[in-house]
Amino acid sequence: MGVVMKNAFIALLSGLIFGAGLALSGMADPHRVRSFLNIFGDWDPTLAFVMGGAIIVMALAWLIQKRITKPFATDSFLLTSTNNIDPKLIGGASIFGMGWGLAGLCPGPAFAALVINPIEALIFAISLFAGMAAYALISHFRIGS
Amino acid sequence: MTITAFPHAMPIEGFIGGLLIGLSAAIMLLGSGRIAGVSGMAARAFLLNKNETPLSTAILFIIGLPLGAHIIQWVNGPIESHFTPSVIILATGGFLVGIGTRLGSGCTSGHGVCGISRLSPRSIIATITFMITGIITVTFVDFMGWGW
Repeated sequence: MGVVMKNAFIALLSGLIFGAGLALSGMADPHRVRSFLNIFGDWDPTLAFVMGGAIIVMALAWLIQKRITKPFATDSFLLTSTNNIDPKLIGGASIFGMGWGLAGLCPGPAFAALVINPIEALIFAISLFAGMAAYALISHFRIGS
Repeated sequence: MTITAFPHAMPIEGFIGGLLIGLSAAIMLLGSGRIAGVSGMAARAFLLNKNETPLSTAILFIIGLPLGAHIIQWVNGPIESHFTPSVIILATGGFLVGIGTRLGSGCTSGHGVCGISRLSPRSIIATITFMITGIITVTFVDFMGWGW
């Protein structure tokens, strides 16, 4: 299997397992997600168990990553080395949290929900794309000026 | 298993689903050397992010998400899901998530799962921040009577 095919297979497999995990854990249900954030109301702690399970496996993956020189199907790891905590990070995370709380959806569950509640998920996904495009447009003009 | 104080919670399904999400991110990291961050992959697939991730990787990863959910639906039966009936809330939420994840370089998967497990201070701060504004927003939405 060639390098391109290997990476294509990894990407599809990773996406499939991710989507399956979201669907199984109840995270494709915006009501359940918003209930996790509803600490002053009818709180649902499920999301904490999801994050816990995911972080345990990924922490092991990072330990393995430190001990190998290159990934299985490519020549090098493409990882960010940025470590600065700046207004851009805080502002972006704040805006993301508002949208997350408002609709009960973040990007992963929105794409997974395309096969569960197609119309609602599509409205969210198109708006997500519009928001990303708006950001690309703004940053383009700011860099351009 | 149910938690008495929180009868709606699904701790077992949540944890198993979480293990799968972690496995998915581990396959992407150790297989292709990349972060399985959904917002970054989506921006790349939408041609809005010029990073070194091949377009095919981003597109296949994003296509995999609904396909994976579909497999669970196929094996386990219909998935319970309750969306807001308000198109305005859906569209505004999506737009804010789009801008916010690009500005803040990540979402629940990139910062929350991949970053926290790497003990990245940047991701830990980002996750705390979006949890706080998420809690404030949900509380506000319910106060206004827009909850569902």
